[in-house]
Amino acid sequence: MAPRAVQIIAGAALAAFVIAPLSAVWAKAGPAVRFGPAEWAALRFTLLQAALSAALSVLLAIPLARALARSRFWGRDVTIMLLGAPFILPVIVAVLGLIAIFGQNGLLNDGLRALGFEPLSIYGLQGVLLAHVFFNLPLATRMILLGWMSLPSERIRLGQSLGLGAMARFYLIEWPMIRRILPSAFAVIFVICLSSFAVALTLGGGPKATTIELAIYQAFRFEFDFATAALLGLVQLFLSVSAAGVALWLAGHDRLGIGLDRPAPAARRPLSERCIDAGVILGAMLFLILPLALLFIKGAAGVPDLGAPVWFAALRSLALALGATLLCLCFALPLATRWGELIATLGIAVSPLVLGTGLFLIVRPYVNPFDVALGVTLCVNALMSLPFALRILRPEVQAVEQNFSHLSAALGLGAWGWFRWVMLPRLRRPLGFAAGLTAALSMGDLGVIALFGDAEWATLPLKIYQLMGSYRMDQAAAAAVLLLALSLGLFWLFDRVGRYGAQDQ
Amino acid sequence: MKNLTFAAGLLTASAALADTPVLTVYAPDYFASEWGPGPSIEAAFEASCDCDLQFKTGDVLGRIILEGTRTDADAVIGLNTDITKKARETGLFAPHGQDVAKLTLPLDWTDEVFLPFNYSHTAFIYNTESLPNAPQSFDELLAADDSLSLVIQDPRSSISGLALVLWVKSVYGDRAESVWEQLAPKILTVTKGWSESYGLFTDGEADMVLSYTTSPAYHIVAEGDLTKKAAIFPEGHYFMVELAAKIAGTDNPELADAFLAFILTDTFQNLIPTGNWSLPAALPVPEWPEAFQELPLPEKVLFYSEDEAADLRAETIEEWRRALSK
Repeated sequence: MAPRAVQIIAGAALAAFVIAPLSAVWAKAGPAVRFGPAEWAALRFTLLQAALSAALSVLLAIPLARALARSRFWGRDVTIMLLGAPFILPVIVAVLGLIAIFGQNGLLNDGLRALGFEPLSIYGLQGVLLAHVFFNLPLATRMILLGWMSLPSERIRLGQSLGLGAMARFYLIEWPMIRRILPSAFAVIFVICLSSFAVALTLGGGPKATTIELAIYQAFRFEFDFATAALLGLVQLFLSVSAAGVALWLAGHDRLGIGLDRPAPAARRPLSERCIDAGVILGAMLFLILPLALLFIKGAAGVPDLGAPVWFAALRSLALALGATLLCLCFALPLATRWGELIATLGIAVSPLVLGTGLFLIVRPYVNPFDVALGVTLCVNALMSLPFALRILRPEVQAVEQNFSHLSAALGLGAWGWFRWVMLPRLRRPLGFAAGLTAALSMGDLGVIALFGDAEWATLPLKIYQLMGSYRMDQAAAAAVLLLALSLGLFWLFDRVGRYGAQDQ
Repeated sequence: MKNLTFAAGLLTASAALADTPVLTVYAPDYFASEWGPGPSIEAAFEASCDCDLQFKTGDVLGRIILEGTRTDADAVIGLNTDITKKARETGLFAPHGQDVAKLTLPLDWTDEVFLPFNYSHTAFIYNTESLPNAPQSFDELLAADDSLSLVIQDPRSSISGLALVLWVKSVYGDRAESVWEQLAPKILTVTKGWSESYGLFTDGEADMVLSYTTSPAYHIVAEGDLTKKAAIFPEGHYFMVELAAKIAGTDNPELADAFLAFILTDTFQNLIPTGNWSLPAALPVPEWPEAFQELPLPEKVLFYSEDEAADLRAETIEEWRRALSK
């Protein structure tokens, strides 16, 4: 792996990039800190919804990933890609998609009313969980699916020749892999949901569903109470890092053993199993893809009429996404260790509002923040994607190290030779996936550009907000379709390049 | 040779640019985007000032407070009355020096620092086709069946949400909390900002949305849609005014003064109605666009001074939170 010095420098740079802004906000703070009943209620709700959202997402992801891993059908690759789409959508767009299905006048309630049932309400804790599962089920599924792909085919074949039943196969072969991946998948989603704000509020139905992030926003925007904002930011950071630490501790070590890197054979499977898998995949597609399809239908017709400013914003967002991807991968490779993953959690552990304001305070004495807004946004986007990239890369990197380092040492491969001939070929698939995810995430992220962006340098998500803010809901819907298409396109491209020539294709 | 000419051309151009004074004005995003009034205001002002007007967008007051005396801004536009106390206390703003006699606001304006450029009132907007019998007073709204659904904005994250809790307080006083308890079952959801709420409303998700008395004008003028109406309540509507101000430490005091003077001109004021979908602060009604002249507007306008608003803020938000958390 990368020399130790590179790892330490990358880790320290990352930690500084998060800690320094938080300290800057803290330094600006007055003495009084407010932490009343409203803040405690927000803390309780934040923890509750994050834990439930993460648990539901990973539990539902297990059967889905299992079904996807064992099934072979026409269009499987496209299905897997589309199932990943909700995760990379901007929040506001996805919420409108969900409401088209589950809202008061959504498809679901229309159907229920037609059948003579009482309509269901999406607003409340159930809505928050629904939306968080919608966003994060794709992520959890992809993480677990990668785990399934990394099962040595020798073990699966051995299981087949031993005639293991479904239970025994699950316990002996699949469970050790799930046990390794599940805790960190849970932790990542838990941390994402900790800083949820607009979703929780809109679908939570009101102040009962207040999260810490809203309290931070309130402290900053209305009260200019930097002490409270910084303290709440610190609470968020503490919760996130604790969750990530517990997950790393629980995940334990890999006991999967080594294989010859050959693809697993598609075994003949009983019809009942195939039917269950097909049902699971169809159900997931309905839940994850239908809201997007409705958004698409609503906005697609308006895309050709979007003005030049929107298209320029799209180009700017594309460039930003590619830059962020490059930067993210440069950090991800040396940090693909347990400690690296813990440090990278910092990237999503601090409220973007605290991070953005802190960075503003830091750069302000030296340069005009407006001049560096795009650069700062690029760095923050890379930072915020890093935990996901590492979550994808780390198990693979470590598996390769564990399984091949003795052999490579025996052959006397140097650091470069090791990277080029052993590591890289085995990382193609996860690298492609990580790059696709990072690019798509930065494409869809409103990010710190909203804090100190210039109207002339707006990105596509900011344009969507501007359109909505000036009554142009139809054009916003069209711009959202453009964003969706570009995000998915980037994701597909990188994922494709990663799979092309990967060994089990 | 061609390259040299080009380079020389560039140099002259940038020298010319360097000579043009730059007026930096902080503005909210919706104001300065190409769908707001910003670009046409910029063009109109630059035609008269021989300067370069640059809008810098974002959270206006937040940034000024962070930057303090080191701010690059010469002026700001888009502040709101309910937070001007905080702004005034920074001491960063200078008197506007304009003659406020020209103002056509529905109430007297004597502030020497903050200059109004447009106004509106909080109101619930509905669709006459899907809600033919909309409540015609605040009391009727409270008494309405709980199946009537409202979307509102959170007073902790949105300026219009804050105006709503102040509106309820100014109408109902000490009864505000029980009023919120009566409204609670009708509130479908609360959103972070105005855009999310309005998006839900236009998607048909709710019967009424908290917005402004001027919102129907957008649908009438831009879409030819006459079905969106503001419910006008005889109890009165809360006044929302947007303000501009000059930064005390500006390097361009003359230009900043010129910009503030420009705000009160007919040129600027005529750009407001269909640019910011709001009512011009210094233009007599007969000069408004027709759709705005015909808009139903409240007879009674409710308003808290910035001191009252600042004192009431924490209390009213907490009443709202308690009532809606039950």
